[in-house]
Amino acid sequence: MTDTATERAVRLAAEPLREAGPRPGFASGTLTSLRDIADHRELMGFLVRRELKSRYKDSALGFFWSLIRPLAMLLIYYIALGKFLGAARSIPDFAIFIYTGLTAWTLFNEIVTIGTASIVANSGLVKKVYLPREVFPLSVVGSAIFNFFIQVGILLAATMAVGRFPTGTRWLYFPLSLTLLLVFATALALLLSAVNVYLRDVGYLVEVALMILFWASPIVYSWALVQKQLACTPQMTAATCQTHQTLEQLYLANPVTLVVVGFQQTFWVAGSSEPIPTHLAERLGIALVIGVLLLWVCQRIFARLQANFAQEL
Amino acid sequence: MDNTSVIRIENVSKRFVIRKEKSLKERVVNFGRSNLHKDDFWALRDVDLEISTGSTVGLIGPNGSGKSTLLKMISGILQPTEGSVHLRGRLAALLELGAGFHPDLTGRENVYLNASILGLSKKQTDLHFDAMVEFSGIEPFIDTQVKFYSSGMYVRLAFAVAVHVDPDILLVDEVLAVGDEQFQRKCLERIRGFQHEGRTIVLVTHGLDQVAEFCDRAVVLEHGRVAADGSPREALKVLRAEFESTRLEEVERAVKTSDAPIVRKGAKFTGIALRTDSGATGHPSLKRGEGLTVAVELEATTPLDDWDIGIGIATPLGTALYGTNTKLLGVRLPLHVGVGRYEFHLGELALGEGDYSVQASLTSSDGTEIHFVPQAAEFSVEGDGSSHGALAARARFTVV
Repeated sequence: MTDTATERAVRLAAEPLREAGPRPGFASGTLTSLRDIADHRELMGFLVRRELKSRYKDSALGFFWSLIRPLAMLLIYYIALGKFLGAARSIPDFAIFIYTGLTAWTLFNEIVTIGTASIVANSGLVKKVYLPREVFPLSVVGSAIFNFFIQVGILLAATMAVGRFPTGTRWLYFPLSLTLLLVFATALALLLSAVNVYLRDVGYLVEVALMILFWASPIVYSWALVQKQLACTPQMTAATCQTHQTLEQLYLANPVTLVVVGFQQTFWVAGSSEPIPTHLAERLGIALVIGVLLLWVCQRIFARLQANFAQEL
Repeated sequence: MDNTSVIRIENVSKRFVIRKEKSLKERVVNFGRSNLHKDDFWALRDVDLEISTGSTVGLIGPNGSGKSTLLKMISGILQPTEGSVHLRGRLAALLELGAGFHPDLTGRENVYLNASILGLSKKQTDLHFDAMVEFSGIEPFIDTQVKFYSSGMYVRLAFAVAVHVDPDILLVDEVLAVGDEQFQRKCLERIRGFQHEGRTIVLVTHGLDQVAEFCDRAVVLEHGRVAADGSPREALKVLRAEFESTRLEEVERAVKTSDAPIVRKGAKFTGIALRTDSGATGHPSLKRGEGLTVAVELEATTPLDDWDIGIGIATPLGTALYGTNTKLLGVRLPLHVGVGRYEFHLGELALGEGDYSVQASLTSSDGTEIHFVPQAAEFSVEGDGSSHGALAARARFTVV
């Protein structure tokens, strides 16, 4: 036995035995999970970089493609909805308005869609190496945020071009909305990526659900239009008015709606005089609390489900 | 200090449920009957193992005996259905070389990514980076995307990263049989170095010679159970006996299912005995240079026509050292029915000190084996302690 060997043996003898793989326990595992993830933050950085580097590798325009997609969407909505259907007439600075919504939506969409597929996409790693598997959906969040900030940059440039750069307290809505969006999207990505391993239908289901969610949020139409439709008029019966109010509350219960309106509060300077939902800040706060709780529950479900990932893939 | 256990496997069983349906539709359609669409398969059953620091354990067994499953369980990739696995220290698993290599990234980027997956921080990787590239021997291509690598280069780089991670426990799953000979030797050297540094190594392999060479302990798994656990020598004996019985079963089955009217030659050895020139029998001890007589008795229930008897000498680990048969000796055996006795005499055996076993085989002239006994008898050879190895020579040393 050499010195290194003896040293190692002594060191190991002093260590306690630990269980291989993830620790069980629904509530008690939270801390361990968090610590595991924190230990692997550097790996997450590498995975994010891998994601970004490999996505447009070998394409001539490379990174520009991630910008071209939202710009194309902007153009379509601007011309089809804004000009042909006339939405631009009732919404000032229609291009800025749409791009604000699209920026928020793209982030949410990317995290949920790619996040859902992340575990299956990395099955080679999941089956061969033990890692806290949360790193895969989380690294998707990382790369999505990177793309998001590029888009925010474009958005800000556009606001400058039209001469209405957001200033002052409107910026307060931005961090709050962004946090809410990230919390919800991450929770969904964690949950769906785990379920997707067991049931591949989830991927398709997510696609459909996201399409509905897109139109259920004031991205290409304004909140003012929704409010006008759902407002109570003197001709209405009390019951109809009641239904309308419930529908309005239901519409506002959608966190994506709140996030999009929050974003518009920051970036859509021309819409300052447009109506906004009542108690927007409070709504965002409450949604955030619910979102954090949801994130915790989803992480615990993920931790429970991940035990059998390797054999299900 | 030597017997601190680093891996403790207690009563581990693993059940795989083989579901035949995967989509939502199928599950809904088959709801309630889903048990009909499940198959249980126990990959491991009640496995108990303690592995102590600094030991090198070979995990061997036929295909599908649960070796890889056990390794995955130790590394935490799979969870046991019953029982528990506990560990001490840092673990690195080489279950597949280059797991996590991304084809679109360059070698350099992949080294960092893979090292990070194996638990090395960026700073540590920076420190070892040159050594890794040096070890892999693919410096000119380090900034090329790995999708353009040959499979050998791929494996070299992956192994280079893996051996520079500083694990207390290293799990290796059949990845040593890669690369060219020179690189393989480098890998094995590295593993010897690991042993020297007191790291624990668990090796899954089909290269039984590797087990004999490296391991101080071998565990044989058979249908998910531990069939043998002990010195590599004992374990290999069990495993080889198992292989032989599987082979016989297969022959049996082939005969049963075959349509062609194969005339099964009903003949087998009924006894094999050894006798030295000095007359010792049983498990005789041979003096250097002494001859050995191998007497075989066989019984044929159907007439044996055109057949040969062969004998061989092997080390306890099963490496064949010597073999001969009646055909090679230029003897044509006559038609034979019933019990018969034959003798081979091996003169002047130049064997080194140690234990040896005798194999016997009965073949028909078209090459099919009628009966094979891998360890028919054993003998030992006495030496004067002046040499090691299976071969003896009259050695002399002079200063000139």
